[in-house]
Amino acid sequence: MTCQPLCGKWACPCLVSRFLIDGSSLLLHDGGMSQRGSIVPFAGWRRPRLLGDSHWRAALRSVGDRVVRIAEEVVGQDIDARIAGIRTHPNEVGHDPFGFDPETSRYALAMAGLLHRRYFRTQVFGIERIPEGRVLIVANHSGQLPIDAVLIACALMLDANPPRFPRSMVETWTAELPFISTLYPRLGQVVGSPENARRLLRQEESLIVFPEGAKGISKTFDQRYQLTDFGLGFVRLALETNTPIVPVAVIGGEEQYPSIADFKPLAKLLRMPAFPVMPQLFFGMIAPLPTKYRLYFGEPFRFAGDPDDEDSAVEEKVWLVKSTIQSMVNRGLRERKGVFI
Amino acid sequence: MFGDASQPSAKPSRESSVRLKAAAEGAVLVTGICGRLGKLLARELHRSDTVVGVDRRPFIGRPKDITHHEVDMRRKKMKDIFRGRNIRAVVHVGVLHNPRRSDRERHSWNIVAFQKLLEYMAQYEVPKLVVLSGANVYGPQANNPQFLTEDAPLLGAQHFGGMRDLVELDMLAQSFFWKHPTTDTVILRPCHIVGRVRNAASNYLRLDRPVMIMGFDPMMQIVHEKDVTRAIQLALRPGVRGIFNIRGPGEMPLSHLVRKAGGRPRVLPSPLARLALDQLWRLRLSNFPSQELDHLRYVCMVDDTRAREELGYEPIHSIDRALRDLRRVRYLR
Repeated sequence: MTCQPLCGKWACPCLVSRFLIDGSSLLLHDGGMSQRGSIVPFAGWRRPRLLGDSHWRAALRSVGDRVVRIAEEVVGQDIDARIAGIRTHPNEVGHDPFGFDPETSRYALAMAGLLHRRYFRTQVFGIERIPEGRVLIVANHSGQLPIDAVLIACALMLDANPPRFPRSMVETWTAELPFISTLYPRLGQVVGSPENARRLLRQEESLIVFPEGAKGISKTFDQRYQLTDFGLGFVRLALETNTPIVPVAVIGGEEQYPSIADFKPLAKLLRMPAFPVMPQLFFGMIAPLPTKYRLYFGEPFRFAGDPDDEDSAVEEKVWLVKSTIQSMVNRGLRERKGVFI
Repeated sequence: MFGDASQPSAKPSRESSVRLKAAAEGAVLVTGICGRLGKLLARELHRSDTVVGVDRRPFIGRPKDITHHEVDMRRKKMKDIFRGRNIRAVVHVGVLHNPRRSDRERHSWNIVAFQKLLEYMAQYEVPKLVVLSGANVYGPQANNPQFLTEDAPLLGAQHFGGMRDLVELDMLAQSFFWKHPTTDTVILRPCHIVGRVRNAASNYLRLDRPVMIMGFDPMMQIVHEKDVTRAIQLALRPGVRGIFNIRGPGEMPLSHLVRKAGGRPRVLPSPLARLALDQLWRLRLSNFPSQELDHLRYVCMVDDTRAREELGYEPIHSIDRALRDLRRVRYLR
């Protein structure tokens, strides 16, 4: 008898040991057993990989590809070409140092593109004003969930020509959350720190900044479209890295999740910046209301001065940006005919 | 035995100038020479320099021209080594990282012995000190910038008490800068050193089923051990001083790194991983303290611009090469 299907040898030791130990059929035999040489039954046993990682991944990928294809038809743009068109700065081994992953981003862009074009029917004005090279995109923040950031990013990817890769700074504590901490870097989001911002701007990237921060996004409905205080950091950053600032007015965000109150004690308990009370949730409407978004991109500001200047000197420049955005918001509100149209 | 240790240490100025002149011919003292990195360094150094090794362990397979002293650094005999010959530089690689050793032993070895070493260096006016610290003195934290520069605070011990002595060692070396400005002190802080060495990062990447934390996949940097020894050689050039981060060729997500190394990640939720690792640690089935799991959650990557500009350092060995060398028995040359 030969170990015919395997190594083709006479009296192969693996064959003998197989029969001695568990007498299993030759069909199960693999040539590697002879090297493994274990006399312990099932020592070389491995979980059958019928539903192994690669199969799951392949299945997920085919579903994702289908989503991308549907999105491409709806949006009317080639999403892969858009992602291929952006300029990134891969390191020596071809990875983005901040963790951007084009594979994950194409699915995200497909989903976001559907929201951008179909759900919120975003109108984009003046996107051609974004200059080449490094740029800080400064916008008003609204709407309880940062959908405004998603839509600005979509506008940069889908409406700007050539597409610009939007980076945005996220809160530090998101890095402590499982899954979010993996997802955000893969989409190109970066933990908010001055060092990271400086590094990205020196790489000639575009950075989306919301100087209002958490205060702005969790505004109650009575304060809609009234800008809260801006931080000074973004102007100092712009002065230091000699970066133009593009003001952006976002219209339509405030009405997506109208909040009637901020339940502060619960927010404190949950360590959240705010706990908005949103009536639509009581009616079971978890999704945001399909308001019509309008994004107005203004003329870029180019400031010059000392980045370590006194607060009062920097505040003037911040005030200039803030008042520009506020007037752009006011004009946009006057021009629109309705919240949903 | 070798003379009275309490001999007056002040040297006449003429003699010190002679020593400086002879510095080029002086020997390089390497502590911890019997570790895998120490041996590798010794083999690279002994071609161009006279190498003197100090370690508690015997040096098996020692090249003939390397003098090895099998002594404990805390002993008086250490001083005789300095007194007996002209030492031009000290490379301190003999840092105890083993988390199984008691806090007391680690403190006594990493701090007390290092203090002694610095004392002798000051006394015998050794013109160069190279200390191998590590990027983990910065500590993996959620609010770390993506790339830490040399000025970043050393917060490694904030969540992991076992790092305290390594941070202190780094601080001691830093204070040596201004205490003895005539000595060119160099502190190297490489990211995870990977290769034949038996440190936590290499041991982790050698596992068949390394644990990863569910929902976390931080970017990682690794550097080949030979790149580190080359950086040490560059740091030994006269005139070089300062703190330098050392980084490998590029960074990639941990999951990619694990798969490249041939492991299949075992993904566990963070509390479960912590609990399991604590139990395994107690039963001596694992040598990873559970606090080190933070490395699998948060970034702790370094910016090596200063090393590139001032040290002239450039990583040569690729990540693939480093991962291949993980399972290598020896280097054939």
